[in-house]
Amino acid sequence: MATETRPTPKPTAISGLDRLELGPAQQRRSPARVARSAWSATWPKLLAIALILVIWEVVHLTGWKSYVLKGPGTVLPDLWGQLHHALLWQAIGITLRRAVLGYGLALVIGSVIGILVARIPLLRAAVGSIITGLQTMPSIVWFPVGIVLFGLSTLTILFVMVLGAAPSIANGLITGVDYTPPLLLRAGQTMGLRGVTLYRYLILPASLPAYVAGMKQGWAFAWRSLMAGELLVLILGQPSLGVLLDNDQNLQDFAGLGSIVIVILVIGILVDTLFSKADLAIRRRRGLLPPGATS
Amino acid sequence: MSVAQWRRTPPEHAPGASAHPGPGEEAAGQAAVRLSEVSKVYGRGPSAVLALDRVSLTVAPGEFTCLIGASGCGKSTLLSLVAGLDQPTAGSISTQGRRVTLMFQEPALFPWLTAARNVELALRARGVPKAQRRERCAELLDLVDLGGFGGKRPHELSGGMRQRVALARALAQDADVLLMDEPFGALDAMTRDLLHEELERIWRQQGLTVLFVTHNVREAARLGDRVVVLSSRPGRVIEEYQVPRQGPRRIDSPEGARMAATITDRLREEMSRHGD
Repeated sequence: MATETRPTPKPTAISGLDRLELGPAQQRRSPARVARSAWSATWPKLLAIALILVIWEVVHLTGWKSYVLKGPGTVLPDLWGQLHHALLWQAIGITLRRAVLGYGLALVIGSVIGILVARIPLLRAAVGSIITGLQTMPSIVWFPVGIVLFGLSTLTILFVMVLGAAPSIANGLITGVDYTPPLLLRAGQTMGLRGVTLYRYLILPASLPAYVAGMKQGWAFAWRSLMAGELLVLILGQPSLGVLLDNDQNLQDFAGLGSIVIVILVIGILVDTLFSKADLAIRRRRGLLPPGATS
Repeated sequence: MSVAQWRRTPPEHAPGASAHPGPGEEAAGQAAVRLSEVSKVYGRGPSAVLALDRVSLTVAPGEFTCLIGASGCGKSTLLSLVAGLDQPTAGSISTQGRRVTLMFQEPALFPWLTAARNVELALRARGVPKAQRRERCAELLDLVDLGGFGGKRPHELSGGMRQRVALARALAQDADVLLMDEPFGALDAMTRDLLHEELERIWRQQGLTVLFVTHNVREAARLGDRVVVLSSRPGRVIEEYQVPRQGPRRIDSPEGARMAATITDRLREEMSRHGD
């Protein structure tokens, strides 16, 4: 072995036994391979959807509550029809705008509270457990409070969304800061990272995985609060998804209800996928994925 | 070379490297690192643990000093104190305003940054302007034989390569004194040999002062100009050895082996005194 050569030539320079730790060079993925891995990730989901449709259809065929319950054969064409009308898209637009507004607000407020509580011990002692307590609070409880404060308005819905989502986001950030590896902190200190730069370049990047987990949970709370809010706080002239649901309920229109429920489910799944993708990307960058993990 | 050529000196009269006078008569500017009667106690009351007991140690500029001792001898504590990460309970530590940096047994690289970004962050923390960072970073990675690996993330590198990045990052801090806490302890023997050569080359090139902690006697004899032996619980300097240098150093040289044997005997003696 070329352990004694000096000056060390490049290729042998790093060839200690630890060279064996390096995996084989990354192979370029051919289109066929990409297609295959995409298919292997997709077919279980398709199968699950097919299974749900079959069970639904079977229940429908038994004739249980046949005067209202419609099978997928009625609901899916209804959904298709609604997708060709402006009303559904307008409703989706209004609901998503509220989702972005409320969640954005929760993100800002939760992050600010999180970083302050993580940094200031007195604040942590004072409100740390309150934040956890807020997380367990059912959001529906806040609606009467919101309605008294803000009336039947979008503000009430946003108020409840923030109260539902911000604690999770704050808690995620606090957990991330707390779990910053002490060794990295020592490394940062020896490097001369202090105060704001320490947070900017070490603590915040180190907390990112827990922060994203908190954001994901926060989104789930925000989305639930939003749906509850749209059913409780009906605002005239603002046909949101909640308003459409309420209408269909009043009209005993099962096909319409089914369609809106599917739309809500799909939006929830899509946003959740975004968070999962972000989480996956973070873990891949940091080498936290088991070898061979794809989706 | 024979055993007789090694100067075995009790610590209270310990000279620095042969070119430097001992701590007693030495002029103030001569030491890169000077510990005077440094003690460190962890905890309070009956559960208090004395980690270091009146340790006095002088490291001359450009000297490579190895600290050796069994586990629990406070080696890592000592480095933390010199690095300023912790304060001594008693005594004083002076680095004469020299910049000090610390390297750990773990590479402690930031896993979200590439190798190059890790090194650049150290440059940024020091206030190196952006325009110069990239160039300096490339130089440093070349210096540790990792040119072309700058774009890799830590988890894509082997253990030895990660320690090389950590070394480059430490050098990026432009420190005069490099403190190393068992940096090669987790590596296989072959990789370690290579890194010994690298470290020796870089130490000579950059004129660094190195304080290197290890529990590997061979490693200490291979690398150090001087080997300082610490006792366990509490840590105390019990012996110092000058390592004579003629020709290239190798871990398997007969002189090194004999030196290591002498130090090992001294350590055994110390351990049997403790009964463990």
